[in-house]
Amino acid sequence: MAETPIIQVRDLRKRFGRQVVLNGLNLDIMRGEILAVIGRSGTGKSVFLKHLIGLVRPDRGQVLVDGENIHRGGSRNLARIRERFGMLFQGGALFDSLTVEDNIAFPLREKTHMSAAQIQGMVTEILKGVGLEGVEGKFPDQLSGGMRKRVALARALVMHPEIVLFDEPTTGLDPILVRAIHQLIADTQARFHYTAVLVSHELPQIFDIATRVAMLHNGVILEVDTAARFQCSSNPAVQQFIAGRLEGPLTPT
Amino acid sequence: MTRRTPPIWNERDRSTHIVRFTLAQIGATVLNALSYLGRLGLFLGQVLVLIVTPPLKIWRVIRQVQFIGARSLLVIALTGVFTGMVLGLQGYYTLTRFGSEAYLGPAVAIGLITELGPVLSALMVTGRAGSAIAAEIGIMRITEQIDALEVMALNPIRYLVVPNIVAGVIALPLLGALFSVIGIYGGYLVGVQLLGVSSGTYFGSMADFVAMNDIRNGLYKSLSFGLLITFLCCFKGYHTGYGAEGVSKATTEAVVLSSVTVLVVDYFLNSVLL
Repeated sequence: MAETPIIQVRDLRKRFGRQVVLNGLNLDIMRGEILAVIGRSGTGKSVFLKHLIGLVRPDRGQVLVDGENIHRGGSRNLARIRERFGMLFQGGALFDSLTVEDNIAFPLREKTHMSAAQIQGMVTEILKGVGLEGVEGKFPDQLSGGMRKRVALARALVMHPEIVLFDEPTTGLDPILVRAIHQLIADTQARFHYTAVLVSHELPQIFDIATRVAMLHNGVILEVDTAARFQCSSNPAVQQFIAGRLEGPLTPT
Repeated sequence: MTRRTPPIWNERDRSTHIVRFTLAQIGATVLNALSYLGRLGLFLGQVLVLIVTPPLKIWRVIRQVQFIGARSLLVIALTGVFTGMVLGLQGYYTLTRFGSEAYLGPAVAIGLITELGPVLSALMVTGRAGSAIAAEIGIMRITEQIDALEVMALNPIRYLVVPNIVAGVIALPLLGALFSVIGIYGGYLVGVQLLGVSSGTYFGSMADFVAMNDIRNGLYKSLSFGLLITFLCCFKGYHTGYGAEGVSKATTEAVVLSSVTVLVVDYFLNSVLL
């Protein structure tokens, strides 16, 4: 099923002040794949992810979703394209003044005409899908880090988006939870067939769920390949990064 | 938005260099100021468009009226009664020098209705609710909750800013009016109960001298302040810097900017309305 690109990134350039973050980045994201974007801290992985959904405007270059430039056609057009996306933010970005149920129901209440009973049914179902039950009435601050990520995942998935962006979904969690969240992503992806773009630091666990892996370095994609081939890459920088060695072309700063 | 920094000049001539550098600095400052004003203007434009285009988030408006208005009642009542008492006291001693303490009622009432009611209630609301609005929106910004709204293809300004501004425009005139009424009774406490002006004189002369125009002017002021405070506090929160420090700075700036703007605008409104 993978082979037609759903998102095409063309010559993406972005700088903040004098710091060049993206320097002519090109990448095709295939329909139905799980693409993991790895790279060192501060290389602009999150910035890249935010470009895909138009939260950051590039200085130059394009992001095409099904061939359509997301920045052409004004905010209404962007809003229409965004309806095809879901996003899981690094910190969850749950609305902290709303309960878990209200958080997940929020997009349903605002964007659909479902009845309250239907919405409640969907919330319960999607929460069960991410392995949570009986937390509907709690506030995000009353949940553990892992539970919050699950709720955020449920909220990102509740509208059944075609494309889901994950910004470090497992940072700060213990190894078992990391595995559990990865499994959850793989399971929900298999069930809903969304395209997933996943920014992660979890090496080597990420190779288990990713269809392809891309490494971001110095503002460009250094290498992109299937998970199996990526691990055997001949690029010394890639090998150094996977192994986490201090010696090599990448210098610790 | 990228900040403009002055270009680096390569001329050998030092004095030319300094002059050009200074000019570039001034230019950069002016450009920064202009871009800030531009952002303010664009934000206001967006807000005004969204206020008049449905759907208006009625429940959020009601909740914010409760937050900005109802929950400010105690502080407004307290400051109102003491302001009225001070006016009563000061007014009485000033007016007795001219033998005209009979005019204490209108003096207190006009002062409160046209000036102190709208201005002090606005300053109180800035301190109590404006800071909270700026901090809440600021925290939502740094925890990516605003981005989350955008990702859901929902306009954050419609959800977070417009309800606050509509609520401010509804609540401030009511609070200002309440401030004045309570203040008038504060003046009554001191003037009539303590200093012996007759109750009939206090209220009777008030009805004779306070014109409908005074009340209307007070109302216009409160309306303007309601818009100003909520707009500036939302703007500051929405464009907060990074981290806890960014939010604390945005909150402080919101309160200071709103308070100063209220007083400045008050002067200009006076010069137009009087």
